[in-house]
Amino acid sequence: MASNAGWQTARPLAIEARGLVKRFDGFTAVDGVDISVPEGAIYGILGPNGAGKTTTLRMLLGIIDPDEGVRRVLGHDRPHEISHAIGYLPEERGLYPAMKAYEAIAFLGALRGLPLAEGRKRGRAMLEEHGLGYATERQIRQLSKGMAQQVQLLGTLVHEPKLVVFDEPFSGLDALNQGKLEKMIRALAAKGTTVIFSTHVIAHAERLCDEVAIIAGGKVPFAGPVDVARDRIRPQVRLETRAGDGPWRAALPADARHEGDYWLFSLPETGIEPLLRALIEGEAGILSLSIERAGLHDAFVAIAGEAAARALEEGNGEEAR
Amino acid sequence: MTGRLSTLAAAFVIARRDFTAILFSRSFFFFLLGPLFPIMVGGLAGGIGKEVQSNAARPELGIAMSAADSQALLAARQRLEPQLGAAIPMLVVVRNVGPGESFDAAAAMQDKRVNLAAVVTGTLQRPQLAGPEERIADWRGPVAVLAGEAQRTGATDYPTVDLAPLKLATTADEARSRMVTAQLGQTVLFLLTMLLAGMVLSNLVEEKGNKIIEVLAAAIPMDAVFLGKLFAMLAVSFVGISVWAGAGSAVWLAAGGSLGQYPAPAVGWPLFFALGTAYFAMGYLLLGSLFLAIGSMASTVREVQTLSMPVTMLQLLNFFFASWAMARPGSAVELAAMIVPFSSPFAMLARAAQSDALLPHVLALGWQVICVAVFVRVGATLFRRWVMKSGPARSDGKGPWSRLWSKVFTRRAVR
Repeated sequence: MASNAGWQTARPLAIEARGLVKRFDGFTAVDGVDISVPEGAIYGILGPNGAGKTTTLRMLLGIIDPDEGVRRVLGHDRPHEISHAIGYLPEERGLYPAMKAYEAIAFLGALRGLPLAEGRKRGRAMLEEHGLGYATERQIRQLSKGMAQQVQLLGTLVHEPKLVVFDEPFSGLDALNQGKLEKMIRALAAKGTTVIFSTHVIAHAERLCDEVAIIAGGKVPFAGPVDVARDRIRPQVRLETRAGDGPWRAALPADARHEGDYWLFSLPETGIEPLLRALIEGEAGILSLSIERAGLHDAFVAIAGEAAARALEEGNGEEAR
Repeated sequence: MTGRLSTLAAAFVIARRDFTAILFSRSFFFFLLGPLFPIMVGGLAGGIGKEVQSNAARPELGIAMSAADSQALLAARQRLEPQLGAAIPMLVVVRNVGPGESFDAAAAMQDKRVNLAAVVTGTLQRPQLAGPEERIADWRGPVAVLAGEAQRTGATDYPTVDLAPLKLATTADEARSRMVTAQLGQTVLFLLTMLLAGMVLSNLVEEKGNKIIEVLAAAIPMDAVFLGKLFAMLAVSFVGISVWAGAGSAVWLAAGGSLGQYPAPAVGWPLFFALGTAYFAMGYLLLGSLFLAIGSMASTVREVQTLSMPVTMLQLLNFFFASWAMARPGSAVELAAMIVPFSSPFAMLARAAQSDALLPHVLALGWQVICVAVFVRVGATLFRRWVMKSGPARSDGKGPWSRLWSKVFTRRAVR
């Protein structure tokens, strides 16, 4: 198992899970997952479809029990004991079609211990605040899918939870609403709420998350800060030279490849200075040289492997279609 | 942030949502009208049946005798009718037969234009009765009485008999009367539970179809979901029963009905009704928890419909067991019916009609509450284990019942 920085973090943990295993009819969907989510963090669970993200979240929330392993959510071994402090938006959204929008929000709050009258009041206010005031008295069945999804999202937050769990929250949302959701997630974290979400879109995780767990084939090969994941692979050097050939070529690392006008290779372990010296002495005629830190996508490929990355991209493609 | 909900409080959240959703739906109006249809059908069928029965019960006997004998017989019947009423058959003169003339009784009875059960021929001194062999003996006595009366020359002066009714019930009468009350109570209880408890079979289909079950399962224990659904349906049932009972009582009282005309149960009417309500609630919760668990395994409405037949049979079996036990008070069978959770409410209500001891009711209600709790817990556990799963194992989209059926069917096919 890869390093799991959370266990050593100084911040108290909102979620701790060790060795979670879940099997379905002989198929191991989740195989020894360790996760540590610091309080107040935005934490992403990143992986392709079928990697075990939803099953992991369902175990963390107590919807299903793990076959093996332990979990602690906000200091409780049984998540239902603290469910009033948790908000959950499942991947498959669902509301009662005959309920009015503000009642649906109040009902979701009531399930988490918020008095119904208070829930109704907050529901109306939240709908107004998020530009959905006109839909307050409308039944869910009269709303578009996207609007119903927003109502459910508000219902997830109406009781002001300390921990919010979103399963694929961006799927089904248009670009505008994805942006709004990103803003909402940042605002929650700014208030000290812990946000954990699953996604198969690396860009969302890269933009939002403090820490990620990369999950593939039911295993978590990496869990920790995004920067640490990126640092798993060496920065990439992009070099443009005037001379096409010469003694300087011997200074290039073995993985260097020529693409167009550029040479691309990983930054040598010895650092950039010895390489620069050799290039100058070898009369390469440096036109430009840049060092680019690896993106989360490259880190994902390096950590989870090409196959998982391909599955992730296929998942993105399907969603785009 | 909010406070933690107890299981009962969480169940109340579910119950409140379900109760209001059902009560304010258009279909609830039809639910209330529901019992009217069987009553109407029953009334119509009963009326027709009564007419058919009265026609069949008053057989017509044909007379094929001399004109004088025929007239004498008709006059005798008229004289005897006030005394004997329906005990003497209707008479119809088929033909006045002359001396030495023969008459084919079989042909007359097969004549489609008339409806003769038998034919009287011969003379008043020696009447002859021709008719189907299996019933002919029943009319021998009445025909003899009629012929005897017809031979009298003067009118017979029958004495008036004074009646002296006594308000007296023997021990045997009381036991029999209470048995009737017990049977009536059990039947009403059975009809209500059969009518209403079956509704919970399809109770989780909406949540599963709308994917709301995931939200519920994450927020509250599944026990609370099950309990809430049962409470909601019980409350809906009570609303229905109140409306039906109110309307029925109004009609009954308007028609001059009174409880006094029925044998009083051993515990008295007020307590009998209170116990009836409690046993209906327990019977409903017991059967409902079982049906909810069975129905929750179903993935589609079609599966639920398929399950309703065996479930109804199960209810009938349960009712027959309790009825059988009722006729054996104090026996091991009655004790078994009181202990077996599903028959316990029925058996105990029958006992309330037959015995005035109250302690057994306290114990039985306590036992039934424990059983409800156990069934709800087992149902919720099975639901969590069998249904609340995700991942490739469920990619066939089938529920446990479908998979069980497929398994059995596939194995048979292989053989």
